[in-house]
Amino acid sequence: MSMEIPYTVEVRPDTGLTNGKLGIWLFLASEVMLFGALFASYVMLRVGAPEWPRGSTYLNIPLATLNTVILISSSVTMVLAWASLVKRDFPRFRLFMGITILCGLGFLVVKYFEYTAKFHHGYFPATNTFLAIYFTLTGLHGLHVIGGMALNGYLWGPGSAMWKTNPTHFTNRVENAGLFWHLVDLVWIFLFPVLYLL
Amino acid sequence: MSASHDPDGHADVDRHVRAAYFVFGSLLVLTGFTVAVYFLHLPTRAAIALALLIATVKGSLVAAWFMHLVSERKLIYWMLGLTAVLFLPLLLLPTLTVLDRVVLR
Amino acid sequence: MGLETTVAHHGAAHDAHHAELGFWRKYVFSTDHKTIGIWYAITGLLFLLFGFGLMMLMRFQLAYPGQALPIIGALLGEARMPGGLMLPEFYNELGAMHGTIMVFLGVVPLAVGGFGNFVLPLQIGAPDMAFPRINMASYWSYFVGGCVMLASFFVPGGAAQSGWTSYAPLSVIAGSGQTWWLIGMVFLITSSLLGSINFIVTTIQLRAPGLSFWRLPFFVWSQFVTSFLLLLAFPPLEGAAVLQLMDRLAKTSFFLPSGLVVSGQVLEVSGGGNPLLWQHLFWFLAHPEVYVLILPAMGIVAEVIANNTRKPLWGYRSMVYSLIFLGFMSFIVWAHHMFMTGMGTTMAAFFQTTTMIISIPSVVILSALIISLYGGSIRFTTPMLFALAFLPMFGIGGLTGLPLGLTAADIHLHDTYYVIGHFHYVVAPGTIFGLFAGIYYWFPKATGRMLNETLGKLHFFGSFVFMNVIFTPMLLMGLAGVSRRLYDGGASYSHAQGVLQWNVVSSWGAWSLALFQIPFIFNFFWSMFRGRKVDQNPWHATTLEWAAPSPPPHGNFETPPAAHRGPYEYSVPGVSRDYSPQWEAVKA
Repeated sequence: MSMEIPYTVEVRPDTGLTNGKLGIWLFLASEVMLFGALFASYVMLRVGAPEWPRGSTYLNIPLATLNTVILISSSVTMVLAWASLVKRDFPRFRLFMGITILCGLGFLVVKYFEYTAKFHHGYFPATNTFLAIYFTLTGLHGLHVIGGMALNGYLWGPGSAMWKTNPTHFTNRVENAGLFWHLVDLVWIFLFPVLYLL
Repeated sequence: MSASHDPDGHADVDRHVRAAYFVFGSLLVLTGFTVAVYFLHLPTRAAIALALLIATVKGSLVAAWFMHLVSERKLIYWMLGLTAVLFLPLLLLPTLTVLDRVVLR
Repeated sequence: MGLETTVAHHGAAHDAHHAELGFWRKYVFSTDHKTIGIWYAITGLLFLLFGFGLMMLMRFQLAYPGQALPIIGALLGEARMPGGLMLPEFYNELGAMHGTIMVFLGVVPLAVGGFGNFVLPLQIGAPDMAFPRINMASYWSYFVGGCVMLASFFVPGGAAQSGWTSYAPLSVIAGSGQTWWLIGMVFLITSSLLGSINFIVTTIQLRAPGLSFWRLPFFVWSQFVTSFLLLLAFPPLEGAAVLQLMDRLAKTSFFLPSGLVVSGQVLEVSGGGNPLLWQHLFWFLAHPEVYVLILPAMGIVAEVIANNTRKPLWGYRSMVYSLIFLGFMSFIVWAHHMFMTGMGTTMAAFFQTTTMIISIPSVVILSALIISLYGGSIRFTTPMLFALAFLPMFGIGGLTGLPLGLTAADIHLHDTYYVIGHFHYVVAPGTIFGLFAGIYYWFPKATGRMLNETLGKLHFFGSFVFMNVIFTPMLLMGLAGVSRRLYDGGASYSHAQGVLQWNVVSSWGAWSLALFQIPFIFNFFWSMFRGRKVDQNPWHATTLEWAAPSPPPHGNFETPPAAHRGPYEYSVPGVSRDYSPQWEAVKA
């Protein structure tokens, strides 16, 4: 079905883009606006608050720093996974994509410990506005990590069958999935200092 | 393969990979800065400005090199430019409408 | 050359494969943009009818407050209408859901999902949308969202009843129907996001050879800009919906201020939130949303006018630049819905200024459409009648918006019936007339048959008269100071006593308008089977969709078309025929 549609695999000459590449960037633009709304909420709530706790009051900075390193590393491995496909090295793609997915899992495990520690201390979203925006922002980000992992998992597993029938199309798909994964990393790069360090 | 890379794919990809490692190193260093700045215990506004500056540099590295924006098509630049321009009012205007009623700490 | 043979080969292989598709894959889970477009259109029309029905119930209460509604009152049960008398809570449900359903389940799915999906790929000479499976997902997400919204009427406490605007803190403390509303909205927003990505990629990437951006029909431009509005404005509302769900379910206080007292008791929440935050996030979407409501209709009207005046659109380029400028400006006017929330004069002046500026491109587009009529050979077909009526109706709608955009006048008019009159003028005899024009215009392309002209004209004249009967009085009532969302239509207010009779006029207008939709509904279904059969280009139009067979097969065009000229080459000097289609090669 998809082969009937032009520019799925080869680029359209005047735009220099494939449909998928353009599509994923548009989706990322919408994600920027989604997280933008939550950051805007953070700004409005914080500016309007008579007092606002420092992140360290409630949050675990070492764990979050670890998570930052994990996500950054996973972004690198994602690039390496795509690069392996360009160089037609499927086993190396599998290796790096696998590491990327494991990093995502690691991130979620750390998050699990963070959240449960908070609940244990009686810190819930309902406790105050700071915790509310903290849980919501990191929770939505976490959902995106899960989504990215699912997508990457599909490409690592059943989706990789396309490598045999249409390697270029598959490489493009991995590249586009990578763009989503990098956005997840990018959002965290802003979340980390804003929530934890300010 | 997308046309943002030259026909000689392999050499181009190796450059990308080297750049990715360089960016990785930079990001780790900058993350270190981010946390170090925290320990400086700067006044709030300065802390916010510095933290956002460092985050912006990190984000730009990710966008430029991991997301290939340095060699992307003009069309994508236009779309993202439009998004950036609309992101700013979203981020700032709601707060601006209440600024005359809140006490800035 | 390789691409065409690849396309032809896969097309042939696909057709062979396609013949094997069962009923479900071919009609229900179809990935063909035409089938999906028709699903969107029919579902949208059904929701429009349902939303209209909700309003007709409300109009009885407004015209005859305190009187029992015969028959239907009994059917709706004691929980909503004890003894046939409408409970205020039920009135609020009807109001909130009328707005929600008309905007999100009716007009936009029909205008964008229906017309956009069906016409756009054809008008750019493409075989389908860029992402056919995402297209299907987008329809089903809409459908699920619609089901959730409908189901909410049956939960304890009933459907959402805090207005389509769901302002906090009322919406946060409201019954469970509001949670269903929020979840329904998440599905609808997802549907729009998927659809908008598809439309933008399709328009940029799948244009036929020779079809540069400046040769695109204005309809395509309008859908293109609309898609950007949906793509970038909806996510903040999705964010806001998440925040409101957190407030309702996780007991956070994003929108709940400290010390809120409900029914004499202080609310047990952390407080520290801001109800205005909801308003900002909501209107950040909802203002561009109103341009999502109007732009596709303007696109349709432009097509119908060019075709039925047998001359090119006047000021096509100005119209396109205006469209782009309008789309951009629509993102920075939203707080004109919030002038009465106590914002400082600087910010109010900012939003007043941007709001005044945004009226300019609207005026340019409307003026260009009107000037396009001058010197034309006008064919008063049914689509043209609706398109012509759109012009003054949108004019009234737009002009009545101006006092609302001026902070001083808005003090008097905010939240009155004037606002309701204003926006209904734009959407009801505005957009909906544009959509009717589109249905009469493109019905032959979708079915190979014409809608009946006599029934069409009956539908038109009745609708035109009664739309005005309904909404003009609202402008008067608003000027007299009657607030909106009043359960009794103002009956208990002394300042409203002099204008209450207009409620009765509006109500009879609404019920009469409903009667005149019957010829349309009958016509729509009857003509599918018995309408006059026509060939591929019964209107003698110039745009690419008329090169395809009526109805077009899977893949649309027997041979992929190319564009050789602009979209409105009507009455070209030196050519004997009064139209030169885009797809016909230029003769040497």
